[in-house]
Amino acid sequence: MKQRLSTLLVAAMMSAAFAVHAQQPARKAAPPAKKDGITAEFEKFREVLEEDNPAELFEARGEDIWKNRKGPAGASMAQCDLGLGAGVVKGAYVQMPRYFADVAQVMDAERRIVHCMVKYLGYNEADIRKQPFSNVNKTPDHVSVITYVAAQSRNMKIAAPQKHPKEKEAYNIGKEIFAYRAGPYDFSCASCHGADGMRIRTQDLPNLRKPAEAIRAYQGWPGYRMTGGFMLTQQWRMNDCFRQQRFPEPSYLSDSITALLAYMTVTANGQVYKGPGIKR
Amino acid sequence: MKNMKKTVVFAAAALACSAVLADEVRNYRAEAVAMMKRDFKAKGIATTDRLHEDGVQAVCNRSGDNPPKDIAVRLERDQLDAVKYPADGKLMGDWKAGEKLAQSGRGMTWSDKAGVPGGGNCYNCHQISPTETSFGTIGPSLYQFGKTRGSGPDMQKYVYGKIWNAKAFNLCSAMPRFGHANALNEQQIKNLVALLLDPQSPVNK
Repeated sequence: MKQRLSTLLVAAMMSAAFAVHAQQPARKAAPPAKKDGITAEFEKFREVLEEDNPAELFEARGEDIWKNRKGPAGASMAQCDLGLGAGVVKGAYVQMPRYFADVAQVMDAERRIVHCMVKYLGYNEADIRKQPFSNVNKTPDHVSVITYVAAQSRNMKIAAPQKHPKEKEAYNIGKEIFAYRAGPYDFSCASCHGADGMRIRTQDLPNLRKPAEAIRAYQGWPGYRMTGGFMLTQQWRMNDCFRQQRFPEPSYLSDSITALLAYMTVTANGQVYKGPGIKR
Repeated sequence: MKNMKKTVVFAAAALACSAVLADEVRNYRAEAVAMMKRDFKAKGIATTDRLHEDGVQAVCNRSGDNPPKDIAVRLERDQLDAVKYPADGKLMGDWKAGEKLAQSGRGMTWSDKAGVPGGGNCYNCHQISPTETSFGTIGPSLYQFGKTRGSGPDMQKYVYGKIWNAKAFNLCSAMPRFGHANALNEQQIKNLVALLLDPQSPVNK
């Protein structure tokens, strides 16, 4: 615990140093380097932190909830089937989205975990929907559980199934949503993530139509956000992409997001997931 | 009667065929659009009507951004006809205001306020002034734009029109239609024209 605290302290100091640095505008002449100083600096921080990712704090909280929390009827997450059998966590994260017969639906990891926490631990779904994503004040319990479950697939190959017709359907619909241009800016997901070598400002944009690049998008989530010190999930990433796409807001845990995650995950199948990541 | 029987058999066979076809060639695009219309909710200024395609979006979406040439030419002409040029005929504004505007990535998201002018979002995708090293690569570099292409009346009109509606020149361009979408007003576009074309702008130094 002491070591964990000292890690967090180091992380906080680095975040602060980074924040100060980020405020200094870059003033260099053209032609510019591909990566600016801020990005290079950040990557240095990330290397240091990857050894001992503060995400582990949330992982531990999630593990505690998964193993020890009891619902009002005495149920626990040991009854939750993430696709590999009741209570099996190892390798489950990288094998979702998948079809779950008990709900006759395809669910992504986040959706399935929330479903189980409501069903077995008695969490109120309406409350979860009130604050689905973390902020500086609070990382909700389900986000910690997601972090724990994701970490239990560390260094495992992504293997989202495509056997059930509903799984194929989710992939195919996700592929269409990815390419759908609309809204005041005429943007689709593909506007930023549909070709190689694209950047917004200095941010590299993975081409999500390619396996080796889809893994780059999959890799970082759930991710520990250094500026703020909280965990963010894949559902959050999708939500914020649609904000920047100038679309209305996708409902949390909706079919559309599950479909997009199915498309992205299946595209990344066969690649190795390194576990919860670190973000600026 | 015999004929009728034949027709019924034929119709049944055709139906069976189409049922098989429907199973294999499902319209996932239509299913995706219906799903989004179910799942997406209005938030702030980002209303659900944004999920509907307009004509240009529909053509680009259905052709993978590669429409048949004759359709593209016609629709581009329609888009160009709708460009509103300034009544005073002046197309060049203040390049300094243009640079500031080019820096801003704000506008039109559900976290932006109604009535607050948005930014140009230009550096998100383009290299522009040499002093700004944090620029995107989705669009081409615009560094030295006026120096290499000139800044006469025709070029001013082209640049103003291009920013007002990029689809008037390339139907499925990745660039937003800033004037058409009311994302930028006349004065803002004039200032961006100046940023690219004014000989005093750092873009052309």
